[in-house]
Amino acid sequence: MLVLSITASIFLIVGGLLLYALIRFRHRSTDSDREPPQIYGSDQIELAWTVIPILIVVMLFLSTARVILGTERISKPTSALDVTVIGHQFWWEYRYPKFGVVTANELHVPTSDPGNPTPTYLKMSSADVSHSFWVPRLAGKMDLIPNRVNTMWIDPEQPGLYLGQCAQYCGTQHAKMLLRVYAQTPEDFAAWIKQQQKSASQDLSSNTAAVEGQTVFLHNACINCHTVAGTIATGRFGPDLTHLASRDTLASGPIQNTPENLKNWISDPNSMKPGALMPSMHLSGHDLDAVTAYLITLH
Amino acid sequence: MANATPVMEAIDETLAGKRPVFEVVYEWATTVDHKKIGLMYIFLALIFLIVAGIEAILMRIQLAVPNNHFISPQVFNQLFTMHGTTMVFFMGMPILFGFGNYLVPLMIGARDMAFPRLNAFSFWISAFGGLLLYFSYFGASGLYGAGSAPDVGWFAYAPLTAKVFSPGHSTDYWTLSLLLSGIGTIGTALNIVTTTICMRCRGMTMMRLPLLVWLFLITSCMVFIAIGPLTAAQIMLTLDRYIGAHFFDTQAGGSAVLWMHYFWIFGHPEVYILVLPAFAFVNEIVPVFSRKAIFGYPAMVAATVAIGFISLSVWAHHMFTVGLGAAGNTFFVFATMVISVPTGIKIFNWLATIWGGKIHFATPMIFCVGFLFQFLIAGLTGIMLSAAPFDWQLSASYFVVAHFHYVLVGAIVFALFAAFYYWYPKVTGRMMSETLGKWHFWLFLIGFHLTFDFMHVPGLLGMPRRIYTYEAGRGWEMWNLIVGIGAIFQVVGTVCFIFNLIRSCFRGEIAGHDPWDAWTLEWATPSPPPSYNFAIEPTVHSRRPLWDLKHPEDPDSDYE
Ligand code: HEM
Ligand SMILES: [Cu+2]
Repeated sequence: MLVLSITASIFLIVGGLLLYALIRFRHRSTDSDREPPQIYGSDQIELAWTVIPILIVVMLFLSTARVILGTERISKPTSALDVTVIGHQFWWEYRYPKFGVVTANELHVPTSDPGNPTPTYLKMSSADVSHSFWVPRLAGKMDLIPNRVNTMWIDPEQPGLYLGQCAQYCGTQHAKMLLRVYAQTPEDFAAWIKQQQKSASQDLSSNTAAVEGQTVFLHNACINCHTVAGTIATGRFGPDLTHLASRDTLASGPIQNTPENLKNWISDPNSMKPGALMPSMHLSGHDLDAVTAYLITLH
Repeated sequence: MANATPVMEAIDETLAGKRPVFEVVYEWATTVDHKKIGLMYIFLALIFLIVAGIEAILMRIQLAVPNNHFISPQVFNQLFTMHGTTMVFFMGMPILFGFGNYLVPLMIGARDMAFPRLNAFSFWISAFGGLLLYFSYFGASGLYGAGSAPDVGWFAYAPLTAKVFSPGHSTDYWTLSLLLSGIGTIGTALNIVTTTICMRCRGMTMMRLPLLVWLFLITSCMVFIAIGPLTAAQIMLTLDRYIGAHFFDTQAGGSAVLWMHYFWIFGHPEVYILVLPAFAFVNEIVPVFSRKAIFGYPAMVAATVAIGFISLSVWAHHMFTVGLGAAGNTFFVFATMVISVPTGIKIFNWLATIWGGKIHFATPMIFCVGFLFQFLIAGLTGIMLSAAPFDWQLSASYFVVAHFHYVLVGAIVFALFAAFYYWYPKVTGRMMSETLGKWHFWLFLIGFHLTFDFMHVPGLLGMPRRIYTYEAGRGWEMWNLIVGIGAIFQVVGTVCFIFNLIRSCFRGEIAGHDPWDAWTLEWATPSPPPSYNFAIEPTVHSRRPLWDLKHPEDPDSDYE
């Protein structure tokens, strides 16, 4: 705010003087042909407009430095929730080490009220190229850089969905590496964690299509890249699918999670998100229906 | 024929069958005359300005509405990479060296550059670099698949440039073309420094140099320091890609942050390398059209030197979101804020130069006025960004894009246009049309503000840069549409300018040697100047030699 008001007033003063000078001293046709008096400079004036800006700069600097050092010095309360964020081309991986939960693309965090803060502490890195985590309404951005762990705090007070997206150019689909943060009341958050901790390999026997789909899934390249906890699928190149059906969107935000979209995605990811690193899976129509039927059971 | 331009002379003679085309081309291709080399630089830069401008328009069309399918993501990424690279390396630097080449020897009363053949070599190798960059469009899947044009951004952050993430040759085109043009840049900078130091005419002490020459001198010194790290980084990257070195290859333990340091140690001074020549033009034009001596000449020189030094120590303000830690960030915040002091001094001195003058609003001057206001705003949004907490929000967003285009277009391009209108009569012997010039100014001004004022807003609303499309419903649509419309105004303005350039070459009013009633030495030779510049080497007694001649009753030398 200080920065804003200072820059605005400098603009008004200097801009105003400039405008005044341009109008006041414009050449009129009635003017004589004589050249105006020549003035070569003045040491006092020069000194004044060196020293005053220096003072303003020092003031701005001190106030900025206070914010920077303040941000750095916050110590980590024991009530904080730890989340590991890993950037991938072009999706997000989230790990909750304390709860043993792994998910992708949709980050759930508890809201905290000032009396009883439960901030979320993000530890961020990247699996491939640099990315940047930016949810404007929650915090500034922080880069995710391979071989390096950066940290930052988020601490939403209002429940709701906060949108953002990757802010560091990371390749073809940088534009669709969207971010969705769901801030939930502590109760809702606890319920969400409970549900994510449940095994996904529930009893499917009543659902023949899903059983068949599971077989297709486990016998195709899907498992090279995706994990479904409790099965032999433990790939880590793509998003964890354990609780896929509990998410609102696919492929990091741009696609609604509907059975129709799932089907299109699996048969040709590049038509929905050109440049996405998942290959088209050439499944027969029947297998495709079955896989979809399986995936939508993964709550 | 006395007042024909060398270009026109060549055209006329060829048309009349007096000289075969081949001979004319041969003459230009082998010339070592600093004026011809300067013109070739400017011509090259104008071509690239048009090309990179078309790239910008294509991007704005794509972003004008959400979820547009006009351009594929791959092609969009190539467009912004090529646009940025071209504007910085093949528009900005060549045009500045073009003007430097043309004007520096004339303004210091010399007959040529210190090393004419090095000068020609520098031009041709830079031109070849630019050609190589665009040749990439023909590689791999050819022009319609957009070939293997680079798509890693003009900053080419590691590790996106590593072989695993950028297979094929697109990144190599980028690296090699900049490596080549870097060699040319160093050569020209060396030439300008040597010429300024060694070839001044009698009486031209350092403190009597026209400010333009001072600014080109300092810019050239900065080139020496800045291009080195870039060249080093290019070579390291090539080693990474071809013999498996691991400087920046994070998959093998290399460092992504190392690349950022190298790049911005070059990249930040580069911004000032581009902006100082813009200051240089304004320093010459504002006094002439205000009919006053520049206010505070020594302070202007000192401020320039200070900017040169400080700009070398601010690079990490591009890296506030990298997690350098509080101490690092705080230092770079300070350095960045301090640079606004000498910059402010310049603005105040221009203001004081205008104050009490008799301002003639000819086309070169109105472009300078545009420059002054826009540069003021750019500087202030710059101060805002230099406060790291602001930057954590706004870096890599459209706010930053708006900020630096305020500098690059609002300041540099406006100053360049002013320079074109101001020196055109010297170069061609004919005036550019004032009417077309004013049309150009107003269209471009309106376009500029529609585009770049409104671009701050989506930035504040969370729109990151370098995205090829966006979803509807985040509040960005309207702003992007306005920005797109502004771009069209700028195009129309530029068309007026190009038309004016060509038309005036044939139809412009004959200029005479000093149409603006100016004061520096280039106006003491005929327009266009003969190949030897001055029949008799001039002798000067003050900063404004032609003022002394015109006002023998009140010579400048009494006040220095
Ligand atoms: C039939 C087998 C497969 C199925 C059913 C499948 C399913 C899915 C689904 C549902 C998503 C969206 C996940 C989300 O948004 O959270 C996804 C994303 C992804 N998958 Fe697969 N997948 C399969 C095979 C593969 C293979 C073989 C690879 C690796 C080569 C792969 C790599 C990826 C990647 C990188 C993404 C993230 C794309 C992005 O958002 O940019 N998938 N997959
Ligand atoms: Cu990303």
